[in-house]
Amino acid sequence: MKDQNNASELIAMANDLRWEIGEGYHDKLAEGIYADATAIARNAVTKDGQKRNFRIDTTIDRIVTSKLWGFPIMFLILSIVLWLTIEGANIPSSILSSLLLDMGHPFLKAISASLGLVWWLDGFLIDGVYLALAWVIAVMLPPMAIFFPLFTLLEDFGYLPRVAFNLDKLFRKSGAHGKQALTMSMGFGCNAAGVIATRIIDSPRERLIAIITNNFSLCNGRWPTQILIAAIFIGAVVPKGLAGLASTASVIGIAVLGIFFTFLVSWGLSRTVLKGEVSTFNLELPPYRRPRFWKTIYTSLIDRTLIVLWRAMVFAAPAGAVIWLISNITIGDQSIALWMIQYLDGFGLFIGLNGVILLAYIVAIPANEIVIPTILMLTVMATGNAAYGNGDGVMFDVDSAHQTADILKAGGWTLLTGINLMLFSLLHNPCSTTIYTIYKETNNWKWTALATFLPLVMGFVVCFLVAQLWRAFLG
Amino acid sequence: MSKEHNNCENCRHYNADSLKKLGVEIADADFVVALAGNPNTGKSTVFNALTGLRQHTGNWPGKTVTRAEGGFGYNKKKYKLIDLPGTYSLLSTSQDEEVARDFILFGKPDVTIIVVDAGRLERNLNLVLQILEITDKAVLCLNLMDEARRNKITVDERMLARDLGIPVVPTSARYKEGLPELLQTIHEVATGEIICKPHKIKNVPPKIAKAVEKLSKTLLKQYPDIPNSRWIAFRLLEGDKSIVHALQTGKFASI
Repeated sequence: MKDQNNASELIAMANDLRWEIGEGYHDKLAEGIYADATAIARNAVTKDGQKRNFRIDTTIDRIVTSKLWGFPIMFLILSIVLWLTIEGANIPSSILSSLLLDMGHPFLKAISASLGLVWWLDGFLIDGVYLALAWVIAVMLPPMAIFFPLFTLLEDFGYLPRVAFNLDKLFRKSGAHGKQALTMSMGFGCNAAGVIATRIIDSPRERLIAIITNNFSLCNGRWPTQILIAAIFIGAVVPKGLAGLASTASVIGIAVLGIFFTFLVSWGLSRTVLKGEVSTFNLELPPYRRPRFWKTIYTSLIDRTLIVLWRAMVFAAPAGAVIWLISNITIGDQSIALWMIQYLDGFGLFIGLNGVILLAYIVAIPANEIVIPTILMLTVMATGNAAYGNGDGVMFDVDSAHQTADILKAGGWTLLTGINLMLFSLLHNPCSTTIYTIYKETNNWKWTALATFLPLVMGFVVCFLVAQLWRAFLG
Repeated sequence: MSKEHNNCENCRHYNADSLKKLGVEIADADFVVALAGNPNTGKSTVFNALTGLRQHTGNWPGKTVTRAEGGFGYNKKKYKLIDLPGTYSLLSTSQDEEVARDFILFGKPDVTIIVVDAGRLERNLNLVLQILEITDKAVLCLNLMDEARRNKITVDERMLARDLGIPVVPTSARYKEGLPELLQTIHEVATGEIICKPHKIKNVPPKIAKAVEKLSKTLLKQYPDIPNSRWIAFRLLEGDKSIVHALQTGKFASI
């Protein structure tokens, strides 16, 4: 009892004194400690030949964290990394797809024919499971193998803490942790990796915000969708010379919109279900170091690329099987897929999408990479355009954007459908790999459910609003 | 501790041979020793060298949020060594910092080894000064001396020891350099042969200093034996919830 009284007396006293001291206690004390440290270090340390290095570091920091140049440099570096990823991935992607899809698929078909496999087992395994896996490897592996090492090199060089430093203020204003800048950037590669990266955020409240909002970073699986749709629909409405520029700008616009939603939702969460103090943290700006190139390549390939790829493959295989099954099992006079498309069309068209897109997103929950092929396959089926593709339920890669555009337009797509698909690709539930990772990291079904359904609902609302405006003014 | 050493036994190199790596065998230890420091200063390397264990040496903040324990024998005494998570400070509210802070505060180790990067001393001192507010029995392990030498950085360890008021031992744990001296110093601090007079933070703004003094006086009235009233006062002013909680549950009465 005596302890209780003593404690409350002390706490009351501390509260009073805190008022007297006023704002900035934490920072002032920290500054005081640093002043002591500086004095002691100055007495004990002699540096030789370090001065120059030191000054270079400081100069770089002054530029990359400056109010004027900090953000432009950030966007420039981001664009370069993305450009290298998108451009660089093209060649290995097409090599892999010709290897795995154009050559591997017929080869396996031939083997199964010589073994005399029954048609449904052959279809299920080779046209379903194998093709889904092959697609994920061909589309996902090259960008990951480029993006992750580039990202790790930047990390080793010491740039990422500077990004966190730049974004700290914005995140703090939205009630989140400055280190969320780091996990958000990781999300641009892969949301599952981004969610794991939130381990660097120590306050559970802020970590949850970072986990829930990570999905607003466009991931590797979604970049190709964005780029293809932008090329087909946005590039087509501007003069030819500007097509490339317009579609690139629209993709970056979607990415920036994602960042905006990250702040908006962080802000909303920190004022409703995840209320609390913003925790301060000492962010060390480490010295710039020449990255150990090969070691970085090696570790980022092993630790990040292969692990993420493995998870994606584990989930993609069953998805391929499902696509094949629903397009080949018929109830009454049409396949399950067709029934579902017709059923979803009502709501889909209402929000400016269509039943094919919604079904594709249901089927492609395991991996966003397979959204476009699934959409194409389902559209071909629904419109009965047998000139394209290899048969019911076979995912395929259409060679040119032109052909893709023809298929989609035959399926009743408009510019609105294209724009809304881009928006919906940004705002929908995370892929199942990410959902599983969120559950593993939070160990809580409620947060996992929130992280899953919040972006989906937002996607519906945004698409609906865009469709309404579109129909009111342009329709 | 008997005082009948002959000269040979007093020699540090003799004593170095008497290191017995005990691995996970930590029952009935005579002394408890904590390893604290910034991330990436080689704490786990020191830990592994002394205990013979192979604690994973990762360098990702957030990976190690719990503490690792091991044991070693030295000079007929058994030591329990605790590897705390690496932190930059003890002023924030993160989980790993709380693990480190709570152990030094409530676990009351007989010696706290503070491992610092000799090449980045100034930044590392931030944590050192905070730890010295909490505990009186500490040894500064000036690690990564090899890297510092390569970068042409020299540290005057006597000056540093004088300013900090605790023994300073230069080491390169990776090459087992300086470990005999470190062991001997740990031993001397643990047994009370060396008495530390740790530096207390001086550059505190007057307004805060006044408040801290008032608060810590009241604290000392209530708990006369508390060795770190000033630091607790710092934390109370910050509104540190776990310190407030510790007060309310009477955790400090035992200090």
